[in-house]
Amino acid sequence: MASTTSSLRRTPLFDRHAAAGARLVAFAGWEMPVQYGGVGEEHMAVRGRAGVFDVSHMGQVETRGPQAEAFLQHVLSNDVGELADGRAQYSVLCRDDGGVLDDLFTYRLGDRFLTVTNAANHDADHAWLSERASGFDVEVDDVAARYAMLAVQGPDARAAVAALADGELPARMGTATLDVAGEQCLVCGTGYTGEDGVELLAAPEHAVALWDALLERGVVPTGLGARDTLRLEACFHLYGNDLSTDRSPVEAGLGWCCKLDTGFVGSQTLRDAGEPADRLVPFAFTGPGIPRQGNPVATGAGEGIVTSGTHSPCLGLGIGMAYVPADAAAPGTAIEVDVRGKLRAAEIREKPLYPPRKAG
Amino acid sequence: MAESYPDDVKYHPEHDWARIDGDEAVFGVTWYAQDALGEVVFYDPPEVGGTVSKDQAYTEVESVKAVSDVFAPLSGEIIEVNEALNDSPEAINADPYGDGWMVKVRLSDPSEVESLLDVDAYKALLQG
Repeated sequence: MASTTSSLRRTPLFDRHAAAGARLVAFAGWEMPVQYGGVGEEHMAVRGRAGVFDVSHMGQVETRGPQAEAFLQHVLSNDVGELADGRAQYSVLCRDDGGVLDDLFTYRLGDRFLTVTNAANHDADHAWLSERASGFDVEVDDVAARYAMLAVQGPDARAAVAALADGELPARMGTATLDVAGEQCLVCGTGYTGEDGVELLAAPEHAVALWDALLERGVVPTGLGARDTLRLEACFHLYGNDLSTDRSPVEAGLGWCCKLDTGFVGSQTLRDAGEPADRLVPFAFTGPGIPRQGNPVATGAGEGIVTSGTHSPCLGLGIGMAYVPADAAAPGTAIEVDVRGKLRAAEIREKPLYPPRKAG
Repeated sequence: MAESYPDDVKYHPEHDWARIDGDEAVFGVTWYAQDALGEVVFYDPPEVGGTVSKDQAYTEVESVKAVSDVFAPLSGEIIEVNEALNDSPEAINADPYGDGWMVKVRLSDPSEVESLLDVDAYKALLQG
């Protein structure tokens, strides 16, 4: 079972993960913890209390200069003019043909913008942005080496971080620069689990002190395995599974963050394309089985394909997301998923799959 | 449970075990196999009456992240399956040599047993 890991990059918390007995796997060129105790118990710790994820593999790009806003308005799908100072905004980065290069959070921090990239796309994103920046008076810097990143998530996450912080935590989708456990952090009210919580960006040399302080407050170390089950229950997209250059953000259900009037790269194609033939939908199995990426889907309106699938620890069911014909995309629609030759019954559901949408 | 390899079963190099009783045997996966797989969340038992062939996959177990084939250590006909695993597949992790058993098989060629590993040979394989 030996594997070659010498070429993989390690986060500043690698020794902590190894000492905790984490199972380490290769992920986007990094050696990352997939689980510590078990995916199920880590998942439930985040749903019930608080967990911390080392997401230092994620990249950061800083954009500044007189035309920073105009440039980001040109490349990002959302309306960057609406992004207030100290706030976060989700958007996608599209090619001219509308295919999605990445999905990103951007923070406006005074006269600069910080954009968080997916690890697997970081170098390509930075290259793409740099190329597109040539006509603008901006600097687009790869600043990934400046930051370690921890996501603290769960109903008790804010209290755990607040107890270590020298000021008030930011609201959801806000940011604040605070000392946390004595280390300066950019604290962001964002996450990828469907729970309340914050993400902390800090200098890499401060990561261990932050990690240790959070664990001392009872926050549970949680790995990429639980990160995937949590985000899928919450119906958050994973680039490379649910988003790709072959699919438009509108098909993927991200039309809400594509402000066509801003004229961003790809907007003309999206406008011309009109209503897409396929839609990305969440679904849950109504019987046994676990859907997996690539499983074919049969609907009354034609075929589809599963882009993400797993076992939901909270629902105790197989769940996933799939592209299906738009005519078969309504919640409640019965579909069948072909799991290695066995047809499994499933139903299209509302977002999120968990936690259940509150009435009214 | 802690890592364990009992001496009342025979082992197959694909990390399966067989507890042999005359011309019948019960199959399951070893502690090593369940640990490598992680928490089992789904097990789809094969059909009673089906045949299994030594060294061939006869069913699958699934963890949150992965699907894994389960190999038959010996050949024969399935005479019983562990239906309790439908509702509690986690027994494969908690008790891989007991409640986590998978199938009972009537052996078609009991002499195949000679090719299996005893506990010392299996442990040596794991230490490879």
